[in-house]
Amino acid sequence: MRESINFLLAGVGGQGTILASDVLVNVGLAAGYQAKQAEVHGMSQRGGSVTSFVRWGQTVYSPLVGAGEVDVLLAFEKAEALRNLNQLRMGALALVNLAAIEPVTVTSGGQPYPDDATMRQKISEVTQEVIYVDGEATAQGLGNVRAANVVLLGALSALMERERLTGAELSAEAWLKVIIQKVPPKYVELNRQAFNLGRKAVTGLG
Amino acid sequence: MIKMLSGDEAVARGAWEAGVAVASAYPGTPSTEILENLAHYPNTYAEWAPNEKVAVDVAIGAAYAGLRAMAAMKHVGLNVAADSFMYASMTGMEAGLVIVSADDPAMHSSQNEQDNRTFAKFARIPCLEPSDSQEAKDMTIAAFGLSERFDTPVLLRLTTRICHSTSAVELGDRMDGAPTEPKPFPRNPAKYVMVPGNAVKRHPIIEQRILEVAKFAESFPYNRIEPGDPALGIITAGVAYQYAKEVFPTASILRLGMTWPLPELMIRQFAATVEKLIVIEELDPFIEEAIRLMGIRLEGKSIFPLVGELDPRVVRESAIKAGLLPISAHIPLPEVEVGPLPARPPVLCPGCPHRGVFYVLNKLKVPVNGDIGCYTLGLIPPLSAIHSCGCMGAGIAVAHGAVKAGSPERHVAVIGDSTFFHTGIPALINTVYNRSRVITIIMDNRVTGMTGHQENPGTGVTLQGNPTTAIKLEPLVRALGIKQVKTVPAYNVAEIETTLKEYLKLDEPAVLITLEPCVLLPEVRKTWIPLEVMADKCNGCALCFRIGCPAILKSDELDARLQRPKALIDAALCTGCEVCAQICPRDAITFRPVEMSEA
Repeated sequence: MRESINFLLAGVGGQGTILASDVLVNVGLAAGYQAKQAEVHGMSQRGGSVTSFVRWGQTVYSPLVGAGEVDVLLAFEKAEALRNLNQLRMGALALVNLAAIEPVTVTSGGQPYPDDATMRQKISEVTQEVIYVDGEATAQGLGNVRAANVVLLGALSALMERERLTGAELSAEAWLKVIIQKVPPKYVELNRQAFNLGRKAVTGLG
Repeated sequence: MIKMLSGDEAVARGAWEAGVAVASAYPGTPSTEILENLAHYPNTYAEWAPNEKVAVDVAIGAAYAGLRAMAAMKHVGLNVAADSFMYASMTGMEAGLVIVSADDPAMHSSQNEQDNRTFAKFARIPCLEPSDSQEAKDMTIAAFGLSERFDTPVLLRLTTRICHSTSAVELGDRMDGAPTEPKPFPRNPAKYVMVPGNAVKRHPIIEQRILEVAKFAESFPYNRIEPGDPALGIITAGVAYQYAKEVFPTASILRLGMTWPLPELMIRQFAATVEKLIVIEELDPFIEEAIRLMGIRLEGKSIFPLVGELDPRVVRESAIKAGLLPISAHIPLPEVEVGPLPARPPVLCPGCPHRGVFYVLNKLKVPVNGDIGCYTLGLIPPLSAIHSCGCMGAGIAVAHGAVKAGSPERHVAVIGDSTFFHTGIPALINTVYNRSRVITIIMDNRVTGMTGHQENPGTGVTLQGNPTTAIKLEPLVRALGIKQVKTVPAYNVAEIETTLKEYLKLDEPAVLITLEPCVLLPEVRKTWIPLEVMADKCNGCALCFRIGCPAILKSDELDARLQRPKALIDAALCTGCEVCAQICPRDAITFRPVEMSEA
């Protein structure tokens, strides 16, 4: 288990970014870390950028992570992954959701939306440790696209184990326990499945 | 028990543990969640007031009556409440009074980044600044004790990074010893009736009081020296303390939990033990200037920025530039040229009932004096229909002033329902009393929207979920002396346009109330029905793009004759408000099925 881990979660309003960071900070606490979380949602209405920092460590002072000090990027949307790319430490771990949410500046303002090849190229200039997951498609398969954020948390849990950022002290069950506390009872089973499918997307067992 | 709490949640918890009996607030980012959370605790009365001044007066009244009380607001709310804040300092109270100000460095959702510690100094009131959620809880409790010990209101100053950061908090029980029953209201005019004859006697008392608090500050447990390397001494407070610890792990630190008044002896003692002294604080050089007046040499804003938020990187890079850290401390950035990325400006939501109004205002080309709320987003292209916006309640009077100055155009003021209750009413009275032709549009979406759906005097429900009188806008406006009042459904573009055109011919003040509940309210979500573009009828004229709706996209399909992209509606975003369908000149957008819109 790493001594400290700095996470950056980046998404678009309505994707469940804040809920995911709420889960992550509590998972850190459950894993025995001191943990802090800070979110930046400002005036974001539905459709605005949302970013959130989560820090795990033996002692955590600042709730904010300085640019260049992000160890793990969890991007819920492709353009948001690019927007936050320069916050990462070189070689950081990146988990990028293959969702494209075009803002009104693209749909009616004529601004370009970055294409997939460019996005992958730019990310590869910062890190090779990147995994792409289609959270929405997986969640849709379970009948509720809103579970995409939990698919990504499942993928993140498996990815962090694989890259040895976490070890046996933090089981998948420990993650699930936190998630279940955070979702309405009627969605517990859906989120359990979403989490497990997210894990399989990384471990390749699915 | 340990729980992860945001700073706002922790303040609510602390107030409850301290036995707060009455709390009042007006919603404002980043303070809103304090009262939203406190409202759920037992044996505590919590309310939304129409504005911050009322909230502070309510808290003062409760504290006069002998119960612990709190008022909470965002930083600019204290401007509204300043009059009350000042007299509360003069009178003191019968029980603890804590005023919470949530400042917003970097202006994540504010019109300015004023540093409200200055208000504490101005009012001779102590100011406490927690550095994390645990301290937010503990110092809220300490604030009540301090308030009662010195018979003074206490300002608890938070910032966005304290309010909206989450960290572990050890929960306690509601304390014994806080008063639970009100005392008979004090008959003590010398203390509570601030006529000049009494006020002149109170002034020296509060000047003496702040000196006594300054003595107490020397032993206040949240002011503490953390000894370290004597080469560098850092005086810091609030969230800046966390950045200081992060960037200078071995330095000597004086962490101030009370930033007004300052513990002069402690500061002198600390300064004497270190070779170089700096202050790391967000926004104003508040601590820095006060220490400089003690004749102590130090640096602060010559190193760290005056404007915006600090973070570990800003602190580190500023320190490197000033030679406090070696260049090797620099943390490199990837510096990848990511190319142009589409902006995600905050926009009016798909289906927002304000959209049609702004479409018409843009078309009429009138100057529009706006206000604070979701509808301020009417400024964003292509709607581009807000031409001034300064603070809550300003728009109507700004329009009136421009008219009185002889502005040749007819002015329109737009204001939301909650903002109208907040400070719009006196300004509207002024248009009647002093006879100006201002047209006021009250955009009534049946909720306080921007801060996340709070109840208000028009909704018929209190903060704690009890039914109450819903104040109706139209009779209220008529009672203020406005003769021309009309309520129009906010999605009815033609009727809004017709009404405004009629109003433009009048020589008197007029009010248009546009009514439709916020489209994001749970009961409204159930009525969403996406509309469709009939591609065979659309010729790509692009008029529907002029309403700036995120649900209207450019299709890949081009009009065969004109080679323009046709419109396409994103069914996942469209709510079926029909504003686009109403303005489409070719009737190419479907309306809701009739039976559904009546249901």
